Amino acid sequence: MIKEVYITETNCITPIGFDVATNIKNIGDVVSGIQLHHNSLLMKTPFYASIIKDADLDLAFAKVTPATHYSRLEKMMILALEPILKKAKIVLNERTAFILSTTKGNITALENQNAVEPAYLHLLAKTIADFFEFKTEPIVVSNACVSGVLSVSVAKRLVQSGAYDNVFIVAGDEVSAFVLSGFNSFQAMSDLPCKPYSLNRTGVTLGEAAAAVLVSKDKENAKIKIIGDGSINDANHISGPSRTGEGLFRSIESALAEAQINSNQVDYISAHGTATPFNDEMEAIALNRLGLEKVPVNSLKGFYGHTLGASGLLETVIGIQSVLENKLFVSLGFDTLGVSQSINVIEKNENKSIHYFLKTASGFGGCNTAVLFEKVN
Amino acid sequence: MVTNKTYIESFCTIQNNEVVLNGESVFKIDSTAFADFSKKAYQHFDINYPKFFKMDSLSKLAFLGAELLLKADNDPLVENNTALVFSNKSSSLDTDVKYQKSISDKENYFPSPAVFVYTLPNICLGEISIRHQLKSENSFYIFADFNPVFMEQYANLLLETKKADKVLCGWVEYYNEEYTAFLYLVGKQGDFMHNEQTLKKLYNN
Repeated sequence: MIKEVYITETNCITPIGFDVATNIKNIGDVVSGIQLHHNSLLMKTPFYASIIKDADLDLAFAKVTPATHYSRLEKMMILALEPILKKAKIVLNERTAFILSTTKGNITALENQNAVEPAYLHLLAKTIADFFEFKTEPIVVSNACVSGVLSVSVAKRLVQSGAYDNVFIVAGDEVSAFVLSGFNSFQAMSDLPCKPYSLNRTGVTLGEAAAAVLVSKDKENAKIKIIGDGSINDANHISGPSRTGEGLFRSIESALAEAQINSNQVDYISAHGTATPFNDEMEAIALNRLGLEKVPVNSLKGFYGHTLGASGLLETVIGIQSVLENKLFVSLGFDTLGVSQSINVIEKNENKSIHYFLKTASGFGGCNTAVLFEKVN
Repeated sequence: MVTNKTYIESFCTIQNNEVVLNGESVFKIDSTAFADFSKKAYQHFDINYPKFFKMDSLSKLAFLGAELLLKADNDPLVENNTALVFSNKSSSLDTDVKYQKSISDKENYFPSPAVFVYTLPNICLGEISIRHQLKSENSFYIFADFNPVFMEQYANLLLETKKADKVLCGWVEYYNEEYTAFLYLVGKQGDFMHNEQTLKKLYNN
């Protein structure tokens, strides 16, 4: 029999809080991490982004270790994982895996000439693994903007197949001149804080965060059960989504089929919602094709910006809290619906009993991931 | 979980200006740069896909390997549920370094979207998916070295849970003109058992 798989611990490090409770309080109070930044080292012109303050990060990190040789991203990742490891009290042996999810890792190292070595993702993973003394070789998931939620799917599959009993996941990416200039070169950046699914949306706002979870075969302390997943490519274009939402449609379909539930049973969708014209339109089409257009949906990008390889895991962590607290959070930045097919975007914080929760993401390379969760009674 | 036996249906290696398919050298030229080698391999295998020349080196490398293993398998009218599970050490670092150079000099600042899009390792999966119309499971991993244990586990679980009918696995490493590609197709039949020992042996050959 296939094993049941749960998420038993969660945490996140973001500009609006260094633990889940603070993040939820700020989302409840509709406080966003997005601010206008004047930093010519990152971008010549002022830009909106959701950035963690160095002073806050260093202060929190000093409470964990006196060591100072870690990069910003490494500090964020260690801070995200540390309380989970402490709380979980799991023996780190060959039955415990460690997954690190990121798109660009320590890419800022390339700003120093001749410093290519620190930019290697397996070395970043080794640094984090060594800090916590994991015994198994780290698994790095680097699959564009679906990386964070894909890592949940990979962990679930590894536990389900019996390869491991527990999988710790950390996902993180930071705002850098590299990604800011890249998204800007695509003319994909919004002049104002991003407005997912809105008529006058003009693109993404970038952000940074780290999130961590523990995926386990043990139901004890379970926050939520992982019941289905899919990660299917559009096979259409490397830098734009399929117009029909084919890969996302199939990913959700695959997750629903595995979970053996119908689309009308889904209570809440935490979607990708980058606020680019094409992404949001594609999502609306895919959701309509599946009969999911009436299900309350939000994008958390209005609070966090697009945190790239962290986003899928961060948004899963917040989504799990929605389920636990039976709360739907506002899709911040939304005003008038600006996609061609109707979807039910959450306009204000409200209470709702949530049993089934769907998390989705899509990214460059035509990738898509959907993971379905069920409330644990 | 019940484990049904899985097999390696075909495999290929690309390194040192040579392409080896199922253990036989099928293309080899004298020492040259990768751009030249990949172009000549493209011509040799009579591939007609102009988009190839827009790809970065990592995608070209992965694309060539997939071309050899999926060509025989591919009927464009029949949907193939062949998953892609790829990995490497250097991610997209070769293109990352090129992109960083385009933004590091403020007087000579030319970030290009056509370069930026290749600063993700999974773009090569997108290229292969488009070419072979694989609307299938995709994922990309980074390890210090080829990791036969993980690769075997993940390919098998995709087959066992029926998320895929076959799995094209790949180690596609490219950095600064140094490259190795080892690709193999895993399915229900074949001459080689799909296990750690076989993978190690085929990878090291």
